[in-house]
Amino acid sequence: MAEAEKLERVVFSRPKALSDTTTHYCPGCIHGIVHRLIAEAIDELGIQERTIGIAPVGCSVLAYHYFDVDFAEAAHGRAPAMATGLKRVQPDKIVFTYQGDGDLAAIGTNEIIHAVNRGENITTFFINNAIYGMTGGQMAPTTLPGQVTTSTPFGRDVRAAGYPLRVCEMVATLSGAAYVVRRTAINPREIRRLKKAILTAFKVQMAGLGYSLVEVVSNCPTNWGMTPIESLEWIEKNMLPYYPLGDFKVAEGVENL
Amino acid sequence: MHEEVIISGFGGQGALFAGQLLTYAGLAEGRHVSWIPSYGPEMRGGTAHCTVIISDEPIGSPIIYRPTSCIVLNPPSFEKYEPLVKPGGYLIVNSSLVRQKSARTDITVVEVPANDLAYEIGNVRVANLVLLGALLGINPFVKLESVIQALEEHVPEQRPAYH
Amino acid sequence: MSAKMLMKGNEAIAESAIRAGCQAYFGYPITPQTEVLEYMSRRMPQLGRVFLQAESELAAVNMLYGAACAGVRAMTSTSSPGFSLMQEGISYIACSMVPAVVVNVMRGGPGLGNIQPAQADYSQMTKGGGHGDYKVLTLAPSTIQELVDHVGLAFDLADKYRQIVFVIADGMLGQMMEPVELPEMRELRSPPAWALTGAKGRPKNIITSLYLNAPELEKINQQLQAVFRRIEADEVRYETYLLDDADIAIVAYGTAARIARTAIRRAREAGIRVGLFRPITVYPFPYEALGEVAGRVQEMLVVEMSAGQMLEDVRIATCCQVPIRFFGKMGGIVPLPEDILAEIEAITQGKPALVAREGA
Repeated sequence: MAEAEKLERVVFSRPKALSDTTTHYCPGCIHGIVHRLIAEAIDELGIQERTIGIAPVGCSVLAYHYFDVDFAEAAHGRAPAMATGLKRVQPDKIVFTYQGDGDLAAIGTNEIIHAVNRGENITTFFINNAIYGMTGGQMAPTTLPGQVTTSTPFGRDVRAAGYPLRVCEMVATLSGAAYVVRRTAINPREIRRLKKAILTAFKVQMAGLGYSLVEVVSNCPTNWGMTPIESLEWIEKNMLPYYPLGDFKVAEGVENL
Repeated sequence: MHEEVIISGFGGQGALFAGQLLTYAGLAEGRHVSWIPSYGPEMRGGTAHCTVIISDEPIGSPIIYRPTSCIVLNPPSFEKYEPLVKPGGYLIVNSSLVRQKSARTDITVVEVPANDLAYEIGNVRVANLVLLGALLGINPFVKLESVIQALEEHVPEQRPAYH
Repeated sequence: MSAKMLMKGNEAIAESAIRAGCQAYFGYPITPQTEVLEYMSRRMPQLGRVFLQAESELAAVNMLYGAACAGVRAMTSTSSPGFSLMQEGISYIACSMVPAVVVNVMRGGPGLGNIQPAQADYSQMTKGGGHGDYKVLTLAPSTIQELVDHVGLAFDLADKYRQIVFVIADGMLGQMMEPVELPEMRELRSPPAWALTGAKGRPKNIITSLYLNAPELEKINQQLQAVFRRIEADEVRYETYLLDDADIAIVAYGTAARIARTAIRRAREAGIRVGLFRPITVYPFPYEALGEVAGRVQEMLVVEMSAGQMLEDVRIATCCQVPIRFFGKMGGIVPLPEDILAEIEAITQGKPALVAREGA
């Protein structure tokens, strides 16, 4: 072993904040990338011992198995309320929620809007893949017009099912929001930008500046019925025009972090 | 002794507060006491009443429908409670606002122009206390001194101005 | 000044919680419990503790869940429609085995109902209420003093069993004032080892109610059931009043029980031997003690401000040993002592019940 160390140099390893376990995510799913980036950020910021995560209901319901930090599992959509309770009684801790589009933008819209609006000093990672993955591919609040899902077999008809919700644009209007950005993870450049945003979001919380939310335009190869590569191309071609990447709210003081 | 009192008036006339004073006075005299307000959606202008029970025995229901003593501060309260006062009981009427007359002969009715008297004293808002004084004058189930002591100890908080 | 002070039920709930070391309160305005929220909004910040008006009861109960996960004493309060909204969170809290306290100041229902006192959430509170197999230890105070005592006790029992505990009150108890003696302010307790406080120097803690593996969830259920069996064995509370020589036993809890007391005193004055059996815990229900009473009285009269919800527990307890008559008021009507007295007299005269139900 000692001999090997002399010959080899570790250039890539599992972040400390990521548990040594196999995830249940489908091949090609972006969840794995986002998990890793969050864990890297926790390591780099040295906050593993004071971070508390909150898992949603959805594909990432078991996220608490994958991060090596204290974790709670919330009721569907209620993660921001639960995070509020956890953070308010221990403001020195770093509290984040990890939520999908059904969880955050449908059943939990009330909780996210009010948590952001109160300027809760917590961080949300919002994974938007325009579909309910865990239940098998039903329409999500963020499903694109015309998109076929198992509950919009003829494509999402906006006259009947309404329009896809743009969460960042909406919550960025709230005074309690400090940092609201949309990123994706479809190529190394975007992954690096996402990592930077995750770091910034945590720093915003550590500095006590208010709510930070990072939306990740994500994929679902399984329920979209595509290969992983195709799904990334589909994001670029179909999702990014509707959900443009960018910074929607960067409050005063955030840029200096 | 067992006294069941209803005090009723427009919201803002101080019916609930007068009842609280009476309750504090009963407590200070070592009795069993209870106070319960009517509570409803109205904030101002609606009819508000409270029920006070002062007794030598533990109080079961704080809600009663036939008071042994009743103070009515406004006409709707008169209409509602005048028929309900128990025979042998007392009805104190704010005659500054209530024009109706009671035809009952089985109760003691005392008419007090409370708003006018309060105005003469210099504060029209104490009409409730004028009437409470009148009740205790004719039916002294607690001492006036106990009420005065309660008043000194429990002057209501001013509702903060929200602007 | 007297050692006792006059307090409105809702304010007594709040102050008692504070003195029991409640570190976080989350609530939403709803009559007839709003004074709890208002009182907390003044007092909690003064003490450097957490008060938060939530956007809904749904959010309030999940904030409670979060604070409870952090290992602090936390509480919410509500009234019937809000309590319905909280069922989701309550089920999660029950399965997660974190201590928390919920006070329900019941009002008339169903639906929006009204804001007057009622006892119609009994089944919801004592039989589970939310989804899944769980029950919640539920204390049923009948005076403002007891309300104070029970809120403090609720926190202790919640800690003891790592479970959510309810206090079942109603609009009358919430709104009325009575003299109370408040307990001393207690020390805040430090977070237990299972709490989510950051994995510093220990393996990470997880609090979840998700067990995808069925045998694992069965095991969790068995653990929960074991807790409930312990609660049923050790926490049954009830009180009797003039029951030793009674021919008739009235069974009532909370507000109905205190009104029944007055009726009982008047009936006794008229020479009728009637007494009261008052469950203080409605879950666990005092089945055994009431069953024993059933063996030595001629008749029972169940009085509730509902259509007869506790009545079902009385039937289970008494096993058809004794005729049961039911007198219930619904929709926010509070029974008068005279009403109950009339029922007692009707029993002695062998009259059919004024408001009777089949059975027994």
